[in-house]
Amino acid sequence: MSPSPAPAEADGGPAPSGRFRRGRPARGGRRRRTGAPLPLLLPALVGVCFLLLPLLALLIRAPWRDLPDQLTSAQVWQALRLSLLSATAATAVSLVLGVPLAWLLARTEFPGRGLLRALVTLPLVLPPVVGGVALLLALGRNGVAGRWLDEWFGITLPFTTTGVVLAEAFVAMPFLVISVEGTLRAADPRYEEAAATLGASRFTAFRRVTLPLIAPGVLAGAVLAWARALGEFGATITFAGNFPGRTQTMPLAVYLALQNDPAAAIALSLVLLAVSIAVLAGLRDRWLTAS
Amino acid sequence: MIRTSRRARRRMLAGVGVAAVLVTAGACSSDSGGSDDASASGGGPAKPSGTVTVFAAASLQESFTALGKKFEKEYPGTKVTFNFGGSDSLAAGITEGAPADVFASASPKTMKTVTDAGDAAGTPSTFVRNRLEIAALPGNPDRIASLKDLTRPGLKVVLCAKTVPCGAAAQTALEASGLKLTPVSYEQDVKSALTKVELKEADAAIVYRTDVKAAGDKVEGVEFPESAEAVNDCPIVSLKHAGNTAGAKAFIALVKSAAGQKVMTTSGFLSP
Repeated sequence: MSPSPAPAEADGGPAPSGRFRRGRPARGGRRRRTGAPLPLLLPALVGVCFLLLPLLALLIRAPWRDLPDQLTSAQVWQALRLSLLSATAATAVSLVLGVPLAWLLARTEFPGRGLLRALVTLPLVLPPVVGGVALLLALGRNGVAGRWLDEWFGITLPFTTTGVVLAEAFVAMPFLVISVEGTLRAADPRYEEAAATLGASRFTAFRRVTLPLIAPGVLAGAVLAWARALGEFGATITFAGNFPGRTQTMPLAVYLALQNDPAAAIALSLVLLAVSIAVLAGLRDRWLTAS
Repeated sequence: MIRTSRRARRRMLAGVGVAAVLVTAGACSSDSGGSDDASASGGGPAKPSGTVTVFAAASLQESFTALGKKFEKEYPGTKVTFNFGGSDSLAAGITEGAPADVFASASPKTMKTVTDAGDAAGTPSTFVRNRLEIAALPGNPDRIASLKDLTRPGLKVVLCAKTVPCGAAAQTALEASGLKLTPVSYEQDVKSALTKVELKEADAAIVYRTDVKAAGDKVEGVEFPESAEAVNDCPIVSLKHAGNTAGAKAFIALVKSAAGQKVMTTSGFLSP
């Protein structure tokens, strides 16, 4: 479980602040330069230690000498490849479905919009295992909808890579929707209105005006979703099972390795840690160039 | 608590007078701390009290839950809490310092992790043995009759991960029969393997006979002769860092007693 929230939380911090900075530049300028009072400084430092110590421990306890052997094993590469592949596919699914959904939530008025918004962001707070059980009951071979998929098309989703992608998209898409919706709300709708007065259809305005306008937000949301998908564990193991090369992603490999080969688990965790740091660094860079 | 010391006193008064006073004092003080119970148990088993924490293999869930209730009834004031899971993750938890009084594993190999780390108090003893069985869908629509049938193409079979005892046993059975079986998933413990069949997501799983029995009519058990090659001994041991040594000893005694064994065998376990 532990690997899944880590990247999301790490990314969750800079995401909104970056957005706000772009949206409301005044806020970034209001910076106080007074010395920190002790009652604030002390808990803050404890907080820093609490967040960084586990990561440091990972580095300290890492089997550096065996690391090359651990990381070049076929199973690690298989898991890493599958993780990158499925996280990217899940992000693509999230983009295709999530951006229109975010637009719908931000730009149109209809009864029950608030409720819909709450419902589609539910997977953000839902324990991933619950998500996995729900997916199984909906899309499993014997599931509410999955039964018909199986009967009509002979498609079964559990135990397949597609199942992994679906589990990851289920958990990651809300991150993208929230991020894009926020950007859309911050973007000035008058540009779209201007495009409309010039004769552009609503879809053309969205494609030619809105989308380029919110591109940085979409990108940030996509990276967030990708990182969340990469760390996804609970829904994946529940819905897609665990088979090396097909459904065993890195977090699953870490969890199972921990039971009989802790050194391998640490090595795998280091890889995920490195990827997470790379994502953060990449995100930072993008934002700097974008703003 | 009061009853504990009173009973101990009664027992001791039947014996020699002076020793009785001394040991009664010991028994009284033992109520507050578990470690004192161990020293008091020198004269006879100390009365268990407080909470007994038992880490037990997922396959033991039904039978141990029943035994826990029996234990609490037999020793009023006690409470048994269980942590059921894959033997391997339980063993890893114990060696990492998880607070447990008793460890019941599904295989000697996982027990060895704990004894090697020096966390066991005393030598583990086998209390039951467990055999594998194929769990098929109710009514056995795929007509699975042997281990070989599981290798049929198109059949979705779920195995336990090789790191957990049920997976290791399944591997041994498959190797003994010279069969190559590619499952759709290696599940993290025996219960999640069984669940996949109960939910009809998989057509069959190799699990323990006891799990098939516990699942009732949600799955259909198919015995296979190769399971004789992979009978798992289940060892139990009290743990060194246990907070409740007396409770641990009493619980293990109950598991190994005739009454305890009866509960185990009705669940489908074999006596050692």
